[in-house]
Amino acid sequence: MPTAQSGFFEWVFFFIKTYGTLFLKGAGTTLLIALTGTLVGFIIGLAVGYVRAIPRDREGGAVRYWLLKLARTLLGVYIEVFRSTPMIVQSMVIFYGASSVLHINLPYLLAGFIIVSINTGAYLSEIVRGGIQSVDPGQMEAALAIGMTYGQAMLHVVLPQAIRNILPALGNEFVVNIKDTSVLNVISVTELYFVSKSAAGTYFKYFEVFFITSVIYFVMTFTVTRFLRWVEKKMDGPQNYAVHGSQTVPDVEIELNAKGGALSE
Amino acid sequence: MSEENAAILQVHHLSKSFGDHEVLRDVDFAVSRGEVISIIGSSGSGKSTLLRCMNLLEKPTSGEVLFHGENIRTPGFNLQTYRARVGMVFQQFNLFSNMTALENCVVCQMKVLHRSRVQAQNIAMAFLEKVGMSAYVKAKPRQLYGGQKQRVAIARALAMNPEVLLFDEPTSALDPEMVGEVLAVMKDLASSGLTMLVVTHEMGFARDVSDRVVFMDGGVILESGDPEVLFTHPTQARTRDFLARILEN
Ligand SMILES: Nc1ncnc2c1ncn2[C@@H]1O[C@H](COP(=O)(O)OP(=O)(O)OP(=O)(O)O)[C@@H](O)[C@H]1O
Ligand SMILES: [Mg+2]
Repeated sequence: MPTAQSGFFEWVFFFIKTYGTLFLKGAGTTLLIALTGTLVGFIIGLAVGYVRAIPRDREGGAVRYWLLKLARTLLGVYIEVFRSTPMIVQSMVIFYGASSVLHINLPYLLAGFIIVSINTGAYLSEIVRGGIQSVDPGQMEAALAIGMTYGQAMLHVVLPQAIRNILPALGNEFVVNIKDTSVLNVISVTELYFVSKSAAGTYFKYFEVFFITSVIYFVMTFTVTRFLRWVEKKMDGPQNYAVHGSQTVPDVEIELNAKGGALSE
Repeated sequence: MSEENAAILQVHHLSKSFGDHEVLRDVDFAVSRGEVISIIGSSGSGKSTLLRCMNLLEKPTSGEVLFHGENIRTPGFNLQTYRARVGMVFQQFNLFSNMTALENCVVCQMKVLHRSRVQAQNIAMAFLEKVGMSAYVKAKPRQLYGGQKQRVAIARALAMNPEVLLFDEPTSALDPEMVGEVLAVMKDLASSGLTMLVVTHEMGFARDVSDRVVFMDGGVILESGDPEVLFTHPTQARTRDFLARILEN
């Protein structure tokens, strides 16, 4: 163990050596909560965004109209409340609320999943709604005009395009969640920040430990960002279309640009 | 069988307002089997709104649309099946951008008509072939140019076995050199006996291909009749003005 006279790097190496596995476990927990929270939040966002995008007409009868109105109002409240309060406060309210009001002692990790999911869901609901609105209304019209129901048109035509449009925002939310799960330390979830705080507190070496911690956070977010950008590129595919086989030379692949001119053979 | 019963679609006293703006006023007309009808008229005269009311993309304010004599707004009327029978081709093509040309023609057959994938694909291929797009089955809409997109959109509508196809200015968004290829497909369909209702600014098509021309002005059908007669001897001054203006260009 380094002494009081030891330098910065000696301490850093010491912490890596003795707390390395713990840091990695903490980082793993962070990633797990961020990923689960983002995915579940995304599903919540899709459901809420879908409900809020249903057109407001009285065609389906009065009961349906008022039920939709009620659902929309409640979902609106949910979104506003969770977007207008810090996640650290939401953590306290949900965790201690569950134990004192509902008499449920949530396991820490589960509490983490729930909090991040609900919080992310609120943000993604608005993003999904924006994504749905960004899809050309002609797509919905064409789907309806050919006989799809509203639900089929949403599922097969509008949502896939909306999701593609919001993919960057979704990735961003994941990155934000990697960083923001650190607030879960207030309810003792053993994610990266919690682990770091304990290690640093034991030796009173806050700078050294949190230097390591920041490096780990940076590596995680940087990798994820790059990876997501690569996925987006991959999904878009090539701008040009290759006609497989021409009539004269069946095996040749001709690249066509959007004007139909051959680029190369 | 009386004249009335032979009609596939009948429009009775149809009116449509957007707020205070009355866009269609008491429109009456019928589409019989095998007929090719062109609807002409200046911008804002209500042509698109009429077509959109006919497949309920817009709800008429009053009046009714009858499909084989049945009001399409009767409670319990199967709107999805109806829309499959009365196809629509849009000015902006509106191909599903998240799907390939083939998938565009397959998905509705499967979801609306409950055809199997194999069956739907065979039918789709046949129609893509018909419109000359079989080499582009795997292309996404953004990889196609306007004329190609519109031909795929026509194949998509045809794959549903429609009784009537409604066209809303199918060539108006195309570069001039691509208008011909789409009109050629439409002429082909007309001569094969498909019932078509075409909103168009292509006076050549209206005159040469259609059986009847309908002139709309200010939300009403001002006159309609045989293309040759309407183009050479319009009875209304406004029809004359419109034709003079449009044929000038
Ligand atoms: N959703 C809508 N809300 C309000 N007004 C509308 C709507 N759709 C159409 N209108 C109005 O109704 C009138 C008729 O429109 P419509 O699109 O039917 O004309 P059109 O004959 O198809 O014209 P164009 O040749 O330009 O396509 C126009 O004045 C238009 O502004
Ligand atoms: Mg129009």
